[in-house]
Amino acid sequence: MKNLFTAFAVTLLTVGMQAQQLPSTTLKTLDGKLVDIKDQISTEGPTVIGFWATWCKPCIKELTAFADYAIDLEEEYGAKVLAVSIDDTRNSSRVAPMVQGQGWEYTVLLDENQDLKRNLGIVNVPFTLVLNADGEVVWKHSGYSPGDEENLAEVVAKVARGESVEH
Amino acid sequence: MNRLALRLLALLLAPGAAIAQDSYGGQLHGNFQLDGQWYLRDEGIDPTGEFYPDERFLGQGYANFVYTDGDFSGGLRYENYQNVMLGFPEGYRGEGITYRYLQFKQDHLEVTVGSFYEQFGSGMVFRSYEERGLGYDNAMDGVRVKANLAKGVYLKGVLGRQRFYFEKSPGLLRGVDAEINLSERWHVLDSLGLRWTIGASYMSKYQRANDPFLVLPENVAAGGVRSQLMKGPWVLNTEFAYKANDPSADNGYIYKDGNGFIANLSYSKNGLGVIAGLKRIDNMSFRSDRNGSTIDMLVNYLSPTTEVHTYALPALYQYATQINGEEGIQLEANYRFKRKSKLGGKYGTLVSINYSAVQSIDKDYVATSNDTLRTLQGYYSDPMERGTIPYFHDLNFKISKKVNRSFKYNLTYLNLHYNRSVLEDGLGDEPMLSNPENIKTMDADVIVLETLYKVKSKHYLRNEFQLLSTQDDRGSMAMALVEYSIAPHWFFSVQDIYNYGNPDPDQQLHYPLASMVYSQGTSRFQLSYGRQQRGIFCVGGVCRVVPPSNGVSFSLTTSF
Repeated sequence: MKNLFTAFAVTLLTVGMQAQQLPSTTLKTLDGKLVDIKDQISTEGPTVIGFWATWCKPCIKELTAFADYAIDLEEEYGAKVLAVSIDDTRNSSRVAPMVQGQGWEYTVLLDENQDLKRNLGIVNVPFTLVLNADGEVVWKHSGYSPGDEENLAEVVAKVARGESVEH
Repeated sequence: MNRLALRLLALLLAPGAAIAQDSYGGQLHGNFQLDGQWYLRDEGIDPTGEFYPDERFLGQGYANFVYTDGDFSGGLRYENYQNVMLGFPEGYRGEGITYRYLQFKQDHLEVTVGSFYEQFGSGMVFRSYEERGLGYDNAMDGVRVKANLAKGVYLKGVLGRQRFYFEKSPGLLRGVDAEINLSERWHVLDSLGLRWTIGASYMSKYQRANDPFLVLPENVAAGGVRSQLMKGPWVLNTEFAYKANDPSADNGYIYKDGNGFIANLSYSKNGLGVIAGLKRIDNMSFRSDRNGSTIDMLVNYLSPTTEVHTYALPALYQYATQINGEEGIQLEANYRFKRKSKLGGKYGTLVSINYSAVQSIDKDYVATSNDTLRTLQGYYSDPMERGTIPYFHDLNFKISKKVNRSFKYNLTYLNLHYNRSVLEDGLGDEPMLSNPENIKTMDADVIVLETLYKVKSKHYLRNEFQLLSTQDDRGSMAMALVEYSIAPHWFFSVQDIYNYGNPDPDQQLHYPLASMVYSQGTSRFQLSYGRQQRGIFCVGGVCRVVPPSNGVSFSLTTSF
């Protein structure tokens, strides 16, 4: 029994250390189409995935503060930003009006049953991932405090240039 | 299926990593959270010591593991409560694996066995979900099948029992849901610029009944239909649900059936977002145990149509959905004045207005002598008649503006009306209708100013000033908060709430709280010290009561 546990633990650890691709998970677009998250990420540059919700104030602050950086990063490095809302079906009808009202230009996706959030082991929003052009998750961050958007912009630029990023 | 079994075996039995890494290349994700508080005796907030825990220290934690490999996934969660922290449901006591599942997809089929979360439509008929901050978890344990039968046709079936702390609910649940994306099937809709999705769901619960006085239905069914229609910037959502007779502790064991209706219309274009909503629910409490109470074993979810406030003072008076009956409206508009316009300034200005109101539904009570036990209706309700007891209203305005490169502010004004008899004491409509003079309410005006100042690169100073002005309940309060953050690792905050208007001079207390956070990547450690005021904590219209406390608390979260 002990051996079994050790084997399990070692397996888990080594699997956990691999460069991670996103697990295939179905999300919904704002016009109601079902898409796989794997088909939404950029293959030409880095992709930023920001998890948020209409009721989450720090998330909205982060996405608003990052909006100006996102425009530059897209222009300079072909970066793509996906804002994945974890609002449930009821609240998801508030997503589109909020995105418009905030003036965000991100690609917005809905994770209504929180499948992607669960598959990625995310505890809480806001949660941010950065993927390189090969679709590997190279950076993650949970929570938001003012100034994190500056740091995120630096990380995305480094990823685009192929430099290594540290937390 | 054989391949799946092999993989499972390999995962569990392989001595070492080579197999998992090379041949199977799956992914493991997970998270971990640990919270604890060392409680201090505080006679100011708790004169008799009734809330002071015997243990002095309470702590709880959990870890989730999810493994995905192509079309296969599996996961588990371990939870530990030594003992459960103040304010969380007492049912969380002890430790164990409370959630575990295996799932695979094959062609157009997805099968899950074990624990799962699912919802049909908006959740009026069925929603199983978890909200850890609330201590809410009604995960299903059973079987779920999802199938994509034909283009645009999606079916779901569930069978199982719900989680009840470390046990299972006594009732069984069996449900199906169908959703048809008409635009995917008929492209003529597309050419008209229409996107239309319709759906229908059915849920039945079975619970044995053996009541000496009442003939209780053992099988109770609920069903719903819904539609989402989009054209250009317009979206119209409607949903109707019906529940058969279901005498329960919530409704006072009446045999009346239940129904619910929600509709909302939104428009989003060119910096303008507007949403108008309407809802009415009548006797829609639906639990997998008819004797359940508080947040236990709810089968469905009745979402609130009020705005969720996160600023500390307005959050003291949050609305909780009244599952026995309520009707309400909501109107929300967000507009962004463009950059370089007169009102937009250099960076644009965001303004929003939100109005929501909820009240009782019309109830015409049946005199008990006219109503036998078998057909006990309780009351009749006319959907066209308005109820007369206000439960809640909220009118608020917000302005957000970035003044220059290093200064931003948000200004919020709220006007709140909060029915304390309903939302705090849980009083039914009947006693309020017969003695309207005894209804306890709270009317308040609230102002919040939040400023953000950039000191230098990655150094930010954030302040909040809040004022809640009222003659009712605990009286007026003021709050100040100062936060300093150094991205990406450090965060310090100090705040104080002063309840200067409390009618009891001994309760005109300060509630100071100091916190610091260190975060690195996906890990975050928080340490706080201070006083916590009694209140009601809500997420999505579901609430729990938080007792007053004083102490040192910490929280560690990480994910991988």
